[in-house]
Amino acid sequence: MIRVALPEHLRTLARITGEVQLDVRGDVTQRSVLDALEARHPMLRGTIRDQVTLRRRAYVRFFACEQDLSNELPDATLPDAVAIGAEPFRILGAMAGG
Amino acid sequence: MSGVRILVGTRKGAFVLTSDAKRGRWEVAGPHFAGWEVFHVKGSPSDPNRLYASQSSSWFGQLIQRSSDGGKTWEPVGNQFVYDGVPGTHLWYDGTPHPWEFARVWHLEPSLTDPDTVYAGVEDAALFRSSDGGWTWQELPGLRACSGSAWQPGAGGMCLHTILLDPAHPGRIFIAISSAGAFRSDDAGKTWRPINRGLRSEQIPNPTAEVGHCVHRIAMHPSRPNVLFMQKHWDVMRSDDAGESWREVSGNLPSDFGFPIEVHAHEPDTIYVVPIKSDSEHYPPDGKLRVYRSRTGGNEWEALTKGLPQSDCYVNVLRDAMAVDALDPCGVYFGTSGGQVYASADAGDCWAPIVRDLPPVLSVEVQTLA
Repeated sequence: MIRVALPEHLRTLARITGEVQLDVRGDVTQRSVLDALEARHPMLRGTIRDQVTLRRRAYVRFFACEQDLSNELPDATLPDAVAIGAEPFRILGAMAGG
Repeated sequence: MSGVRILVGTRKGAFVLTSDAKRGRWEVAGPHFAGWEVFHVKGSPSDPNRLYASQSSSWFGQLIQRSSDGGKTWEPVGNQFVYDGVPGTHLWYDGTPHPWEFARVWHLEPSLTDPDTVYAGVEDAALFRSSDGGWTWQELPGLRACSGSAWQPGAGGMCLHTILLDPAHPGRIFIAISSAGAFRSDDAGKTWRPINRGLRSEQIPNPTAEVGHCVHRIAMHPSRPNVLFMQKHWDVMRSDDAGESWREVSGNLPSDFGFPIEVHAHEPDTIYVVPIKSDSEHYPPDGKLRVYRSRTGGNEWEALTKGLPQSDCYVNVLRDAMAVDALDPCGVYFGTSGGQVYASADAGDCWAPIVRDLPPVLSVEVQTLA
């Protein structure tokens, strides 16, 4: 079971509290996790990655196991701790102020 | 009992303000979509409980929300806005070609007759339509085919911000783009042509060019759709022939720069603007917030000040942030960059704030409820 932690605005949009738990078949990658997340919560389509190019939105970040995975390739395998559900795959909005 | 519902879009969410027909006591609901920019919220003329909202953020992009109960509850619908075919380029600020890129929905215009049909004006400028209640969106590409490669953004981006559906001529649509100008379709959006003859803009190399004018807003009275009123970057303009030609009606305004323009619900020659000092000083002249009303379709204007701050006021009123109700006397409403929403229940003679401390107001629409 993959655990996904969403930022508050996307939890509100998806009408969920806490983490999302997903079954992901095959390799556990950014793409397979996001595919499963969007299949479960279609209203999140377009909010994390572009609907056509599937590229990460510029101000969205992917963290896991205290690493910034935002610029990893979409089909790169995520850390084992994410794949076995020991650590969440964290999706968050980039820091911005002013 | 009749009443009024005001739909307010702000930098940090949407608010719904309601009152009975006296328009003296208001209930404030919201924020809906808290923390998100809400560029526009508008109700269907054929089903007042059907509302559409444009919700966006720099982080998470564009969403469209739909309500079927007058704004009490909302559901996200389709948010995939894909330009038709290979979108090509428009001009960038430096004059070089720049690919068309979707940024956000500025304006939503529900059909006059079908609550499931709604138009969306977007940045980079294009017109989309949904005929399934917002679930899917298709571009009307004939608009960009009409000189789009020569369009260039203004300081606020290249947005399609005005959509007017002609109630007397089915298939006739007017739109306006900053900073390309005004355009008209007579075949439900298949083909378009610029309608900018008579506009003069000193900020472009050819001041009377066919396209390139920074139109800020166009307004129409539904009983007289061939008469259009325009607030341009500078100049208030009028057309009596459905946009074929325009003439200036700025008259005695203290400044003819501004953003919104609106028409009285029952008097087609009574119009309202909010003069702003200049394009670099987006606040009212002399620190006095004044709505100007013309009862002669332009040229002769009177300042409406009662109840509005007349000193130290430096707010702006954006293009979609003014609206009227259809009660008698006509109510007039506008929102400011300072978070106030002002209301007049007597056609502009007297004003009072409904709320004073919302986030900066991006849009105000009014529904008159039976």
